[in-house]
Amino acid sequence: MDILIILEDNNGKIHRMGLESIAAAQKMADSLGFSMGAVVLGSNADVLAEEASEYNIGEVIKINDSLLGSYSADGYAEAVKQIIEQEAPTYVLFGHSYQVRDYAPKVSAKMMKPLLVDNVAVNMDGEKVVFTKQMFNAKLFSDVTPSGEGPCLVSFQSAAFSSEAAETGSATIRDASVNLDASMIKTESEDPFQEEAGGVDLSSAELIVSIGRGIGKEENIPLAQSLAAALGAELASSRPVVDAGWLPSAHQVGSSGQSVSPKMYLALGMSGAIQHVVGMKGSKNIVAINKDPEAPIFEISDYGVVGDIIEIIPKLTDALKGV
Amino acid sequence: MKIAVLVKQVPGAESPLPILADQKWVDESAVAYVMNESDNYALEEALHIKEVNGDGEVVVASLGPSRIQKVIREALAKGADRAIHIEMETPGAIDPLATASHFAQALKDENFDLIFSGLQSDDVGMGQTGVILGEMMGMATASLAMATEVGDGKIKVKRELEAGWFQWVSLTLPASITIQSGLNTPRYPSLKGIMGAKRKEIKVIEPSDNDSMQSLEKIYVPQSDKQTVMIEGSVDQMVEKLIDAFRNDIKVL
Repeated sequence: MDILIILEDNNGKIHRMGLESIAAAQKMADSLGFSMGAVVLGSNADVLAEEASEYNIGEVIKINDSLLGSYSADGYAEAVKQIIEQEAPTYVLFGHSYQVRDYAPKVSAKMMKPLLVDNVAVNMDGEKVVFTKQMFNAKLFSDVTPSGEGPCLVSFQSAAFSSEAAETGSATIRDASVNLDASMIKTESEDPFQEEAGGVDLSSAELIVSIGRGIGKEENIPLAQSLAAALGAELASSRPVVDAGWLPSAHQVGSSGQSVSPKMYLALGMSGAIQHVVGMKGSKNIVAINKDPEAPIFEISDYGVVGDIIEIIPKLTDALKGV
Repeated sequence: MKIAVLVKQVPGAESPLPILADQKWVDESAVAYVMNESDNYALEEALHIKEVNGDGEVVVASLGPSRIQKVIREALAKGADRAIHIEMETPGAIDPLATASHFAQALKDENFDLIFSGLQSDDVGMGQTGVILGEMMGMATASLAMATEVGDGKIKVKRELEAGWFQWVSLTLPASITIQSGLNTPRYPSLKGIMGAKRKEIKVIEPSDNDSMQSLEKIYVPQSDKQTVMIEGSVDQMVEKLIDAFRNDIKVL
């Protein structure tokens, strides 16, 4: 087949980014007249195969192997490498999940084939396939093309394609096997755990006031807290604010924090780095205040204010109290 | 414990990024460079492990033109023992397989126990070099480390998963680990460190030839498909207009 989609297990369901890569594969297949197939592996391969077979993806290849029961970078990289060699696709598509970041570069190294990561778009210009990626913290876009013969590995950024755009259909399921040996796996993993989940549930918040690096210093945090209180909003932040120790990690929105979709997201002093944006771009209304008119956050904002948040926040708080 | 840290020099968050006329790269003469953020955390983690163990060596490895000696010196001033500089021009160099191959060549005879690198660079953001390098050198690998514990010929790494989940993974040395920002508090160089850095060795090596497996066609400023209403005026006027938008357009008041 021409396009092989690697689907990821998210507790017995196909990871949302896997569905998004189905949508991406369908777009490429339509335009290039390519055939498709998807791979499921791991302890939930059977249920994942059933779910995957309800999409228009040609066939589903199922790999059951005791060494793939729990995730390991070595095991998954070796299995995916072998299935790529068996199927000889031109393109291998992944969602740019944390798991893919962990093992897909190993597949690239084992095969000496390129891995084009974190793409936001793919465009076909005749036979030529061009992938678009953000660079310089999303301030610039780049068009990237792979060189040489395939296969080429490609990952797509979260929400680059809509999972709802994945066309349903009927795919056949086929078993495939890989040759793994316990000695290949150089890591030992403990069970996943969650840390300080308690306290802040941003995912259901209607209004969010969120602060970024532009808040400047810890002493300015109360300004944002007062504004959030005056607006009846939850307080959130980007990663640098948590890294600096100014807010607990439960407040963090973005790829390593929570995903939110409030009625209004008020972004204060946030640049709009992609790691943050993936967690909040589903907001119904985004209002951004930033002193840098070039900040990428304005690209995705409904309302923008170029100004100093330290000056604006207290006045906005006072005005809200008078409402 | 012998630890290599890959450090990259990248444009700072506030740096101008003028695009060259041929759209192949930014005009580097206008760029203000800094040490890549997650690499700074990787360096701190390596220095900390060396200090706790009481012996060992931290070696900075860096790839780029002569300008990158600024961040190499910075790393030496913070406490790295010596440096390896693979000197080459890098505009448009985005292929992690080529980059990792250069590092593999430069580091292969050093027998490092650990290779640390930042999770991804703040310029091209490929996020692969450390993992590919580990694979090329036959090392165990783990990405997105939020904590490390070294002992008994192993490193235990607290890996960040998605949506606030974590997992401890144990790797037999040698291992290559990519470090997530925020796992420690990077130090500033001391005056003594800055003075001492001048006497530390920077080994400059020529890169071997490597074919690039992916190439940059062009870079450009993204076009927004969203209509952004820009609110302008004095601070008081902006506040007034914001309140009006909250009340009448977004309807949250």
